Amino acid sequence: MKIIVLVKHVPDAQFDRHLTGEGNTADRSESILSELDEYALEAALQLIEARGGEAAGNKVIALSMGPAGAVNAVKKSLQIGATEGAHLSDDALAGSDAAATSLALAAAIRHLGADTPADLIITGMASTDGETSLVPAQLAERLDLPQVTFAASLELDGGKLTARRDGDSHADTVEATLPALVSVTDQINDPRYPNFKGIMAAKKKTITTLSLADIGVDPAQVGRTGSWTAVESAEVRPARTAGTIITDEGDAGIQLVEFLAAQKLL
Amino acid sequence: MAKVLVFIDNPGPALKKASLELLTIARSLGEPAVAFNGELHDDVAATLGAYGAQALYRPSTADLDDYLVGPKASYLAAAVQTAEATVVLTENSAEAREIAARLGIKLGAGVITDVVAVDPDGTAHKSVLAGSWTTTAKASTPVAVLTVKSNSITPDPAVTGTAPGTVTVEVPATATAASARITARNEKAASGRPDLAEARIVVAGGRGVDGNFGPVEDLADALGAAIGASRAATDAGWIGHDAQIGQTGKTVSPQLYISAGISGAIQQKAGMQTARVIVAVNKDAESPVFEIADFGIVGDLFQVLPQATAEIKKRKA
Repeated sequence: MKIIVLVKHVPDAQFDRHLTGEGNTADRSESILSELDEYALEAALQLIEARGGEAAGNKVIALSMGPAGAVNAVKKSLQIGATEGAHLSDDALAGSDAAATSLALAAAIRHLGADTPADLIITGMASTDGETSLVPAQLAERLDLPQVTFAASLELDGGKLTARRDGDSHADTVEATLPALVSVTDQINDPRYPNFKGIMAAKKKTITTLSLADIGVDPAQVGRTGSWTAVESAEVRPARTAGTIITDEGDAGIQLVEFLAAQKLL
Repeated sequence: MAKVLVFIDNPGPALKKASLELLTIARSLGEPAVAFNGELHDDVAATLGAYGAQALYRPSTADLDDYLVGPKASYLAAAVQTAEATVVLTENSAEAREIAARLGIKLGAGVITDVVAVDPDGTAHKSVLAGSWTTTAKASTPVAVLTVKSNSITPDPAVTGTAPGTVTVEVPATATAASARITARNEKAASGRPDLAEARIVVAGGRGVDGNFGPVEDLADALGAAIGASRAATDAGWIGHDAQIGQTGKTVSPQLYISAGISGAIQQKAGMQTARVIVAVNKDAESPVFEIADFGIVGDLFQVLPQATAEIKKRKA
């Protein structure tokens, strides 16, 4: 079985994050593998391990699109356990919105499946920078694959995929046949950490670098030129400042209610 | 005048506030129409008229709910073409965003999510990077698809109501091909409390409640509030995952957010820092939540919350 996992190199949320430049794009200088993609990678690794692992001919390809630094998200994925990596990188991709990103990724996925198409494409539930959750659904649309998104559990029996998707008022059981596109939530598993053996093994794994020419995409269809939306302005929201902080001396609950009354919130 | 199509999916017997907000925004942008899915109750039809809907589109098939996302996007694409709409508004739920995503590809339309306001020229305002930045964004395509967060504006009925005619939209026969099927649905028990995403007040508990949400629930009920939780509390199984607020849960912007026993790490802040007023109760004076709280109490939530609940009940009595 062949699984492609999409991984994104995103600005680390532990630091202040910034939007910069003419396209108001994220500053990626302090970036990491998106935490939410670790669940996708773990789901893929569990699926192949249950089927005899790489020894039985299964593989997990970690695919990232992004500037030069994004290769670090691929490397981290290889350390965690992906079989091989692919890095789609091209200056013309800068500033791509979800539609342009999904167009480029769909072409890269087709390219990686030219000999043997992937059985599954697995993504996280969202990127932790853009946070739109648009790309998985748009990939399903572009690749004409069944969409099994926000999966909180995932089972594969033969070619049949069964997932649980939790909504606000109901939980659904969703079924599809392979090949399919899946996105997983942070409820699905507990991602593993890379161990020493994995880190050493990753050094010998292959990372394929792909350009737009390699995957047959016209540069005019992607980047800021090819995007269908543009971020026209960006401003830092004024930081919230601490207000009144008191230490409870027996009447803090009463003071809380007085504060709410003064704010007309009762 | 621009035609603005509002997608309303299975509202049940009454429209949600979020739908009323979309209809209100639609009127500010042009001539509103509704693409509806599900059973249409009389009260809902009347409300759509009261909010100025000029036309009501309904799908030719009744099985859209048996599939995940794709077929609804096919229906909506057909409705946009029939209505000749140039703006599509949906709510900002996970499913609505995904329908918008696929609709965008079908129509070659730019999609903007998490919108909190729309200017008459179609410029959308949103907050990004966990609420730390605000941006304006615009679609450059003939059709724009916007998913709008609830609590963005105050719903306002039209000055003159309408009695919209119904138009049946032919759903393409291929709509359900290559779609995942929903084979079972478990309805969750209604809590009787306000919907978390729409609530005016949210009381949230975290690690500090140590398995006992009782004081959080009592305070929430005294205030008519919804209940939220940090990831630590949902991961511990003390409360359902639906209640999770933060980066991987819900983002809320209530008038008042009361945080109890939550340290306020970045992942949690991502879900609540656009609240108008933040109150925090935590034993640890070093908790990051105090950096953003308008009123903070360093103290034991098991003392402070019940005392506040009793005081609110006394004042309301």
